[in-house]
Amino acid sequence: MTGGRRRLRRAALLALCAGLASPAPAVEPDEILDDPALEARARSLSEEIRCLVCRNESIDESNAELAKDLRLLVRERLTEGDSDDEVLAYLVDRYGEYVLLRPTFTAGNAALWLGGPALLLIGAAVSILYIRRARPEAAANAAPLSAEEQAKLEALLKDD
Amino acid sequence: MIAEFGHFALVLALMTSLAQTVVPLVGAQKGWVDWMRVGTPAAGLSFVLTAISFAALTYSFVVSDFSVELVASNSHSLKPMLYKVSGVWGNHEGSLLLWVLILTLFGACVAWLGGNLPDGLKARTLAVQGAVGVAFMLFTIFTSNPFTRLEIPPLDGADLNPLLQDPGLAFHPPFLYLGYVGLSTAFSFAVAALIEGRVDAAWARWVRPWALSAWMFLTIGIALGSWWAYYELGWGGWWFWDPVENASFMPWLAAAALLHCAIVVEKRDTLKSWTILLAIVAFSLSLLGTFIVRSGLLTSVHAFASDPTRGVFILGILVVAVGGSLALFAYRANDLEPGGVFSVASRESALVLNNLLLSVSCGVVLLGTFMPIIREAWDGEMISVGPPFFNLVFTPFMLVLAAVLPIGAMLPWKRGKIGKTVRTLLPALIFAVSVLALVWAFETGRSTLAPVGMGLAAWLVAGSLWELAERAKLGRAGARETLRRLSRLPRADWGKAVAHAGLGILFVGVGGIEAWKQEDIAALAPGESLEVAGYSYRFDGVERVRGPNYFAERGLITVLDDGREIALLTPEKRFYPVAGMPTTEAGIDSGFFRDLYVVLGDRQGEDGDVWAVRGYVKPFANWLWFGAGIMSLGALLSLTDRRYRVGAVAKRKPVTAASPGAVPAE
Repeated sequence: MTGGRRRLRRAALLALCAGLASPAPAVEPDEILDDPALEARARSLSEEIRCLVCRNESIDESNAELAKDLRLLVRERLTEGDSDDEVLAYLVDRYGEYVLLRPTFTAGNAALWLGGPALLLIGAAVSILYIRRARPEAAANAAPLSAEEQAKLEALLKDD
Repeated sequence: MIAEFGHFALVLALMTSLAQTVVPLVGAQKGWVDWMRVGTPAAGLSFVLTAISFAALTYSFVVSDFSVELVASNSHSLKPMLYKVSGVWGNHEGSLLLWVLILTLFGACVAWLGGNLPDGLKARTLAVQGAVGVAFMLFTIFTSNPFTRLEIPPLDGADLNPLLQDPGLAFHPPFLYLGYVGLSTAFSFAVAALIEGRVDAAWARWVRPWALSAWMFLTIGIALGSWWAYYELGWGGWWFWDPVENASFMPWLAAAALLHCAIVVEKRDTLKSWTILLAIVAFSLSLLGTFIVRSGLLTSVHAFASDPTRGVFILGILVVAVGGSLALFAYRANDLEPGGVFSVASRESALVLNNLLLSVSCGVVLLGTFMPIIREAWDGEMISVGPPFFNLVFTPFMLVLAAVLPIGAMLPWKRGKIGKTVRTLLPALIFAVSVLALVWAFETGRSTLAPVGMGLAAWLVAGSLWELAERAKLGRAGARETLRRLSRLPRADWGKAVAHAGLGILFVGVGGIEAWKQEDIAALAPGESLEVAGYSYRFDGVERVRGPNYFAERGLITVLDDGREIALLTPEKRFYPVAGMPTTEAGIDSGFFRDLYVVLGDRQGEDGDVWAVRGYVKPFANWLWFGAGIMSLGALLSLTDRRYRVGAVAKRKPVTAASPGAVPAE
């Protein structure tokens, strides 16, 4: 029986490594902190931290061993009085930026963070130009030049 | 024998698709009508042959012919019939054949239903559709043949991944493919129009039903996938911003933008080059999605076994299709403009804003999905881009979109007054603001997103309904007159209101579940309880059960509300011995206002009867899928509008004139 359970657990872990979604959620009853405020902080921090051996899962969702270790580590740091940022910095020191599901705002990630606003600005500029050009007033202005205007224009061009 | 027959039919389909590509295209360039008309029977034949091939593969799965390698590695004789059939597309090769089948089906639909299309446009559209078919058939036959035989067949199969043995997931891929591939038709129309160098209101009218149906199928497919993830993956998440999810979401956003701007082309003969570009981009994103899933480039929980040759082949298709069509676009775009005149406050401008928001949000998702690869190639730095990033950067677009939608949807064409439209919508606005205030007061500032989300949801639903009421002169004319006007409204207008209201309902679901979900976890002995949000989950023990091809431990959990029993939930931990894989089945009591959701965790200690139990309360969870369903219903209503119905246009004068006057702009 115990062998069966162990096999089952191993199969679960194997499935996880094979990139299949893990069954059953993560946080175990024995991990939970007594202080509800601290536990709530631990949960929301966990959602920001990547389970390093999984595919696109936070440590809050994953039931891999490493995720459990990281969850315990986060809780340990919090009980020792670290702020949220300090906990994240602690993890980045050890595992690199890869551990953060929300990349930091640094020069290397500028394209990621500024790409959206840049697209929006460019798109908005193009849209505004397009809409302005389609205005009835603008369309009227764009009417072909009269013979008089044409002559004037040619005269101006000659002057140059 | 049957498998060889299927293989042979697929090769024949490749030949007819080649004919479908070359003959009508040459005919259209040379002006030979009889050559152009070859497209119609060729497209029909390609579909019939692919269908025969697909039927042969399905037959092999149904009778469990384990001498076929694909059946042996993805099926099992004990599997329920539904999953034997859905196993056909639960793997790379079979799903590719399904993709080709749907591609040829859409080609055949254009051929059979497009009787009113001009010969040239129809021939070129079918040719482009045929070319896409040729590429994918070559891909199937040369890199992913589903009909390969095994020299020594095994006694039984290796079973389908148990996670895929689920009714929700059985139908998720077909709908998703109907959506992805439906966009190929819009793409074919766009490229055909570029080759012809002409886009007019009639073109937009022909292309819009295809964009609309593709979007509808994508909506259903994505919603099915999300629903499945919610009840199957075991923690009640409904969207994970996984690369493969994003791969289906980006075409959805692009298709949503496309079907809106196609209206502008149809009604006002402007925004033409943008519409063409969007049609190309939408299908390119579909191809990109296929590439992501099948190349293993982005690791994901969805990825099929990755194979570099396949990745390179799809990349080839992607480069030729995207590069070729964009080059053609660059060459032709100047011939397409200019178009109609409209003022700043007008429906046209509102739809430009809609397209701006949808396409930039799509760009943001694209950027986030691919940034880890780009960054790694750039300076070798490994980064992760996950849900916290996407939620932060994507949500604002949707909030702005929802805030302006009811106003934009009611602005008149050509020239309107924003103040006047807002005044008309005042009752809806008041309703929305009261909902916002009410929710704010109720939850005493726990989250700001919830009141805003609920307020916007109310704004969307009330705004859409109020627009219908206004057009029916509710309260200003008699009840009989109102009813008469309502029944006379075009189906497309009903569809628009219903789809927009559906988005509002979806907002309720997102807001409720994200802001107010509650959960608790505890190790429980039989008789003990867990309290979540006022509900008491009483653990009554675990029983062993045996399914057709799995064993399960089933928890018995009684939910009590104030001491009154309201539900018996039976979450399971299943184990599929053939695949050697465990799965979880959540116990869910679905309700109008909340889902009670419970998952059985691990046994605590080796042989005790104490188990970890996780109880959740998920407010408004059902509204998510219900909202998506309403949105697709809206699309369906629009599709039945007589303007888009086949034949209806033919009976009227075929609209080829490019003048905006040809289509009444309301």
